[in-house]
Amino acid sequence: MELININFEKGFEAKIAAGQSIEPKDWMPEKYRKTHIRQISQHAHSEIVGMLPEGNWITRAPSLKRKVTLLAKVQDEAGHGLYLYSAAETLGITRDELYEQLHSGKAKYSSIFNYPAVTWADMGTVGWLVDGAAIMNQVMLTRTSFGPYARAMVKICKEESFHQRQGFEIMLTLCKGTEVQKRMAQDALNRWWWPSLMMFGPRDEESTHTEQAIKWKIKLKTNDELRQQFVDQTVPQAEILGLTIPDTDLKWNENRGHYDFGKINWEEFWQVVAGNGPCNKERLEARKNAWNNGEWVREAALAYAEKQVELKEAV
Amino acid sequence: MKKEWPVWEVFIRSKAGLDHRHVGSIHATDARMAIENARDVYTRRQEGVSIWVIPSKGITASDPSESGELFEPAVDKIYRHPTFYDLPDELTHM
Repeated sequence: MELININFEKGFEAKIAAGQSIEPKDWMPEKYRKTHIRQISQHAHSEIVGMLPEGNWITRAPSLKRKVTLLAKVQDEAGHGLYLYSAAETLGITRDELYEQLHSGKAKYSSIFNYPAVTWADMGTVGWLVDGAAIMNQVMLTRTSFGPYARAMVKICKEESFHQRQGFEIMLTLCKGTEVQKRMAQDALNRWWWPSLMMFGPRDEESTHTEQAIKWKIKLKTNDELRQQFVDQTVPQAEILGLTIPDTDLKWNENRGHYDFGKINWEEFWQVVAGNGPCNKERLEARKNAWNNGEWVREAALAYAEKQVELKEAV
Repeated sequence: MKKEWPVWEVFIRSKAGLDHRHVGSIHATDARMAIENARDVYTRRQEGVSIWVIPSKGITASDPSESGELFEPAVDKIYRHPTFYDLPDELTHM
């Protein structure tokens, strides 16, 4: 038995090395399966919880155009969550189990959604920075080794670009507006900049999952590489807006060909991960309420469908 | 644990003249709801003109461990491809 497993493992490693995809019915090490369930579900939960800060602004959007855009964006996020839950389910876990892990706190979601969206400029900044950071990670994941995850990512990336562009447009409009509007934009950038950098996860030397994830081609770039790429691409965008990135250490480094940036407050990051961010409790409560209050609807719909089948069979 | 809504596999025809193609799956209590949910999840940007849904449990898939027996017999039959036949360069329309 053990010998057979070793042979399977060799075949699996060879496939990964050759850049071939792993599909749900293929043999895979238990740890590969578990890592994927953890990562894909965490990603799915992030999409679903990510709807909450924005949902709050749908009724408050400043124009009909902004309102339909925001609605479409939130609908996309629901869709992205569903693509990802489906991908996770191919690994032999049920949807209910996935929700249960979110509601019990066993599964995590992106910490960024535990920050409040307090002004309209936050909707712009979330699209520009948070979706921008997410896209960077997701583009990488279109080439991840597990087939269903990679295919979900391709669909998501196609749709996500509009999210970032509409966010930047909101910022552009505010920055071209009155002094008060511009101050509002700057204030939002000040609050979201550092949490956005934290989205890429802990530093490489402190990331427990990175090494194995790279080996199995789950990730193709490390947290620090992606974070640097994000800083490099975002600084010129802030310049177009005429906003100041709230980091006095931010400076172009000619030798490295990259921007140097200041120290991230990792203490804050771990606090938010541990559940002590400004909105952790509120977000999880909203999810649990939606699930619990919808239970009678799910049951009724199922009962109705079963009855229709019975009626048909009785004829 | 309570009973879950069944899973359906979703196939979409992106435009007339093309095959339906598998795009993913969806949960729904019946076929009608599966089509409506698939519409919302998989065709928000005019990706389709027709949808098929089928209960996932109705699909039988080949086993990857049998790939050898199933697919290797075709590997050495290169004479099934047009390029196997060595014909003069001046020959056209063939």
